[in-house]
Amino acid sequence: MSVETPALSRLVPIRRWKSFFESYGQEFVILAALIVLFVGVGLYNPRFISTNNLTSMFVGNAYIAIAAIGMSMVIISGNIDVSVGSLIGVLGTISGTMAVSGYPIILCWLVPILIGMVINAGVGVLVAYVKIPSIVVTLGMLSILKGGLISVTGGAWISGMPPEFMIAQFRLFGLPSSVYFMVVLTVLAALWMKYSVFGRTIYAIGGNPEAARVSGIRIQPSIVGVFTIHGMFAGFAAVLFATQLQVIQSTVPPNLELTVITASVVGGVSILGGTGTVLGSTLAAILFAAIGSSLVFLNVSAYWLRAVQGLMILATVLADMARRRRI
Amino acid sequence: MTNLLEVSGISKSFGPVKVLKEISFDVRPGEVHALLGENGAGKSTLIKIVAGVINADEGEVRLDGKAVRFSSPREAAAHGIATVYQELLLFPDLSVAENIYLGHAPKTKWGTLDWNAMRAGARALLDSLDSPDLDVDTTVGKLSVANRQRVEIAKALSQDAKLVIMDEPTAALADADARRLMDVVKRLRDRGVGIIYVSHRLPEIFALADRVTVLRDGAYVGTKPIGEVTEGDLVSMMVGRAIDHLFPKVDTTPGETILEVKNLTYRNTVNDISLTVRAGEIVGIAGLIGSGRTELALTIFGITPATSGEILIDGKPVTISSPDDARRLKIAYVPEDRGSQGLIRPQTVRENVSLAILDRIARAFVVDRRKESALAKDAIERFGIRTRGPEQRVKQLSGGNQQKVVLAKWIATEPRVLIMDEPTRGIDVGAKAEIHALMSRLAGQGLAVLMISSELPEVLGMSDRVLVMRGGRIVAQFDRKDATPDAVGAAMTAAKAGASLESAPAGLRGAAAL
Repeated sequence: MSVETPALSRLVPIRRWKSFFESYGQEFVILAALIVLFVGVGLYNPRFISTNNLTSMFVGNAYIAIAAIGMSMVIISGNIDVSVGSLIGVLGTISGTMAVSGYPIILCWLVPILIGMVINAGVGVLVAYVKIPSIVVTLGMLSILKGGLISVTGGAWISGMPPEFMIAQFRLFGLPSSVYFMVVLTVLAALWMKYSVFGRTIYAIGGNPEAARVSGIRIQPSIVGVFTIHGMFAGFAAVLFATQLQVIQSTVPPNLELTVITASVVGGVSILGGTGTVLGSTLAAILFAAIGSSLVFLNVSAYWLRAVQGLMILATVLADMARRRRI
Repeated sequence: MTNLLEVSGISKSFGPVKVLKEISFDVRPGEVHALLGENGAGKSTLIKIVAGVINADEGEVRLDGKAVRFSSPREAAAHGIATVYQELLLFPDLSVAENIYLGHAPKTKWGTLDWNAMRAGARALLDSLDSPDLDVDTTVGKLSVANRQRVEIAKALSQDAKLVIMDEPTAALADADARRLMDVVKRLRDRGVGIIYVSHRLPEIFALADRVTVLRDGAYVGTKPIGEVTEGDLVSMMVGRAIDHLFPKVDTTPGETILEVKNLTYRNTVNDISLTVRAGEIVGIAGLIGSGRTELALTIFGITPATSGEILIDGKPVTISSPDDARRLKIAYVPEDRGSQGLIRPQTVRENVSLAILDRIARAFVVDRRKESALAKDAIERFGIRTRGPEQRVKQLSGGNQQKVVLAKWIATEPRVLIMDEPTRGIDVGAKAEIHALMSRLAGQGLAVLMISSELPEVLGMSDRVLVMRGGRIVAQFDRKDATPDAVGAAMTAAKAGASLESAPAGLRGAAAL
């Protein structure tokens, strides 16, 4: 019955692929699913893998992947944020309104990011120091932001932004800037989480807050920090969201927070905290975008996308639970 | 007299650890049978088997002569076995009457709850327990621990229990309440109920029990009528095993005093503690669970900062208000519960070993992976951690190796004071000896070691000095040569070494004489 009797055969030097797969298993599964999807749907209807379709897919969804980076950090730390959709809606509206009002473009991009950081730092303080569970704080925040936004703007459309404001539509070497943002931010965040003291602290706190505290880690500033960084990513996401189309509707994109959380969880971030990577959540966000787009090409109602996302989140959490129980 | 309960040849293993080895004992109707043993001796497992919470691997339980095998506590209750657990299992928001009749409430002919019958029944039960002051309509959450215990007992009686199991019922009670509870137990006995009574308090056992059975390390040591044993006999039966190479203590000459604690107090769990630990010295703290040992460690380490008193390092007063402060002062704490306080289980050996010194092995804000890997490899070698390598996740390691990882994490901080709380709990004998050897070696290198343990042989085998705690205070101190199992065990349980029944207070003696 002894699962871990240290027999001699187990003392051989570490098999690297095994630990590598333990760390990145979920990422491989999603990558494989992406390849299968592109090849399968591409064979059925080659227009699916046309440059036009891929471009619009990325431009329309990169901001979700970027929001999912911050969300993954929050979930890894053992918390959650259900207000991110509302925050993106508010910040996007602020960004667009500033652009229409003639503020310098650079401020139209930076101010929403700063506001996102300040708002989420406040959330972090309530979670870490006042010790209100993050789901409660962010549920409250969701209502405040969503209700406040609609009360102030009446859900009006914003249009007539100057073309030099539309950063999501910029292109470099033929690729939309959204793709660069998504890739660069994901890579930086992945390195940050893996190698920085802060990233390692976040994993430790999510893995076992009590043991982290006993090990001399200061948990409260770290939690405020992770929410603040998450606010920064929400700010990036909001600017891309605001600049992808010629008009912005000043409301909250429906179900955005759920899509972002789902990307994190399906990407391999354990909802219980402590494990997962931001690489996985970006891949999962791309997968959702690809599934959504492929449904169109397969002539399936787009409403199925939500059902598919729901099934994937359940399957991932079940697999996570099974993995935890086994050991 | 026919036996109410007969247990024969019970064995139970959890994984590779055999916690009960062929235990046999019996309980007669109208008898208080005390179950005695150190922490970890197997008492709790044994009563859980009788109460249907877990199943035995081998052996038989007979009730009224018939072999029974319960698949749930509910089934055991239906057969007349009731348990009053250490941690009371009542519903704080329900009333006394509701708690007593939960699961078997009287019904009216309409099928609804018969509140009148329930309240009257609860009243009668509590009166019969000499507790007319307890209101059946108050919610249980408002009651004192002692009163909750009475409700638990009334609940047991309401199910017509023939056998009542009491797991350290007086552990959380003040003296007066404990005496009242003992009166209740006697009333139960006089009604012909058989009682299994688990307690550490020897005077109580002499006052109440008819017979006593002692367990040690999961094995049966013996059953004696209470009139045939002295407290000294019982202490020897509980702890008297040979101390051998399990404890490779090296003689050291202690150096300067490093840690000094003066009148340290935390609320009411740590009371006015003063002690010193010198370089190279291992100071052992013995005491029963709840005696304040762990609380003392938590206070010194800043997890529950002291409410008054002083901590000095190298003779200079210091303020410790968080584990971070303690770490900076070169104090290390290997916690009692490595699962919840020691390890980040989903992370690797490397990540766990470097956790307490991440900021020190980082350049700017980036962790130096080369230094970190070297640290982990060094720890694996130095501490003999059996693992596939630094990248193995700690949750996959055995208990002993996990403990070595926790120790390695703290030694990486280059501490001067090492506090170890239950350093070998739940790990196998081989790993125990290895941890002890490491502890001895670290002390040899000049560390001041403060070791807390529930295992008396460990305390006696490893310590240069032994402090005994009871009720949050240090009640006795022994040098290594004077620290005998009898003397320390007696100080832990508040009995006098070698005390006989004659020296017990008259009232207790009278009660024990039946």
